[in-house]
Amino acid sequence: MTALSALIRRDIRIALRVGGGALIGVLFFLTVTVLMPFAVGPDLALLSRLGPAILWLGALLASLLTLDRLFTADHEDGSLDLIVMSRTPLELACAAKALAHWLAAGLPLIVATPVLGLLLNLDGTATLAVALTLLAGTPALTFTGMIGAALAVTLHRGGLLLAVLVLPLSIPVLIFGVAASQAAITGPLSFGTPFSILCALSLVSFVVGPFAAAASLRHGLD
Amino acid sequence: MSLIDLANPTKFLALTARLLPWLAGATVILLLIGLYQSAMAPDDYQQGATVKIMFIHVPNAWLSMFVWGIMSIASLGTLVWRHPLADVAAKAAAPIGAAFTFLALVTGSLWGRPMWGTYWEWDARLTSVLILFLMYLGLIALWRAVEDPSRAARAAAVLTLVGAINIPIIKFSVDWWNTLHQPASVIRMGGPTLDNAFLIPLLVMAIAFSLLFITLHLAAMRNEILRRRVRSLQMMQANQKAA
Amino acid sequence: MRLSGHNLRCVRGGREVFSGLDFAASSGEALAITGPNGSGKTSLLRVIAGLLMPSDGAITLDGGAAELTVAEQAHYLGHRDALKPALSVLENLSFWRDFLGGESDDAGRCLASVGLDHATHLPAAYLSAGQRRRLSIARLLVARRPVWLLDEPTSALDTKGQDLFVNLMRDHLAGGGILIAATHTPLGIDAREMRMGAGS
Repeated sequence: MTALSALIRRDIRIALRVGGGALIGVLFFLTVTVLMPFAVGPDLALLSRLGPAILWLGALLASLLTLDRLFTADHEDGSLDLIVMSRTPLELACAAKALAHWLAAGLPLIVATPVLGLLLNLDGTATLAVALTLLAGTPALTFTGMIGAALAVTLHRGGLLLAVLVLPLSIPVLIFGVAASQAAITGPLSFGTPFSILCALSLVSFVVGPFAAAASLRHGLD
Repeated sequence: MSLIDLANPTKFLALTARLLPWLAGATVILLLIGLYQSAMAPDDYQQGATVKIMFIHVPNAWLSMFVWGIMSIASLGTLVWRHPLADVAAKAAAPIGAAFTFLALVTGSLWGRPMWGTYWEWDARLTSVLILFLMYLGLIALWRAVEDPSRAARAAAVLTLVGAINIPIIKFSVDWWNTLHQPASVIRMGGPTLDNAFLIPLLVMAIAFSLLFITLHLAAMRNEILRRRVRSLQMMQANQKAA
Repeated sequence: MRLSGHNLRCVRGGREVFSGLDFAASSGEALAITGPNGSGKTSLLRVIAGLLMPSDGAITLDGGAAELTVAEQAHYLGHRDALKPALSVLENLSFWRDFLGGESDDAGRCLASVGLDHATHLPAAYLSAGQRRRLSIARLLVARRPVWLLDEPTSALDTKGQDLFVNLMRDHLAGGGILIAATHTPLGIDAREMRMGAGS
């Protein structure tokens, strides 16, 4: 346990210090949201109808794009070799890194949601619904995205290719995240059904993500 | 000849050289029979002659998922058993699977034009096939992004298996999303249970397309083995110059 | 304790780096791997560390902890120093101590033994190449591992640093440790030499 908490603390510390870039995700989220009215027009009624979808898309892109360096940074400076060799199971170490990343880069997105909700003319309930679904759904995005981050070690590159590989995998999270927010805002569907499925998706990703990432890292070193 | 012998690429090449002409012949004959039977099948009372697109569409859609299954088994072979032919099989299957998926998309949208009045409707099945197509393209891009074939194979194997777990989840999600957004009165692809006049040609076509896949896959595997031999020969040549 | 490899073969990028390679080292023994560039010294160390999978052959550690792999009982000091520039010297070392399961309060003492105790709270980004190397050497001391795998350990070290490191290696061997180092220059300790040929 000390090993895992040490890893989590280290990653959060690095993310928050100069050059860490945890807050770039929030900035990206803000920028994407601000772009939307320029694309669809400053019609407040339309924006509040599209609001949950816009926020979800922004959060999806922000959390996947910041994952790029999750493992490559450790690979380049040699830390990854030592993590692979250590007595801590690699699957757990991967899960710890993903958790640290979510705490440093995912949680700020949810904190920023109310502010962005204001810009999109969302009322209190709607904002709360979006924030709640993001809280349940962004861990699934991080834990799915980390598979791509682990593949980046083999590929020696990240960026667009990773987005192409990982985005299709995140479609279910997007579907149920937006559906649950819409259900809370307009109905007629109950909020509970899509929300529980969203939580289930997160739980599945907690298992699949670390195992796939660890398999990819074990075979991807050279 | 046992399966262990087949693990040897040279024996694999020799065996498939003898097998391929027969397979190709059987594929052509079955395809001809299937096409004839499809042409002779009666029109549907609701969809008219358009229903015959199903005889091409359904085998392709079926194969698009079957090929991912084959690639998943091959990926297990790469990661778990480290079988020498496993990554060749996985790599050779990906473009063929993508082609079948693309055909399923094209035939699906051709069917949709008279039925829906538009080439693309966000129908649950078609949407799932489209996502599958995107995943095939991503996988092929991954194969092409890494120069060393054995490293590429292991990365692709991980992604293939993750895809195999995710495809059913994506399918379920898209179905759920579709019922949420569309009125139930729209005619869906597939439709109700088919009677024998449709079922028999459909089965023949399904078998013919499966044979087509096997033929193409074995031929593509042969090409891939030869391509790798050329690569190692070139590498030896480079090393000789250096030494 | 005895670390041995038998009939090892390593293929990277479709090219055979070495094959049919045997080696062995017992407690208190140092093995110096020498050979020209590209002869596979680093690859061999990475195979022993479990970071590269050998195409053939096996590595065993007799007399080690049965439930642990060879890699889990080894320290690996590679070309890359596994340091985070954003963290301070002490934070870097404390992390590896906690992550590798070392004893609780000796990070400061380990820093002193590599001559970095004046810089504990400075960011690792401010260190020179030699100081970075010293800090990664301190990592070998915060958690006990019977096997040390060292890749060009003395590169970037000044004479004083080299003397310091020689003493640390001697202590490790005296305590029954095993040491395998890939090197171009003499290690400064009694070591059996194993020469690897170019491309053979």
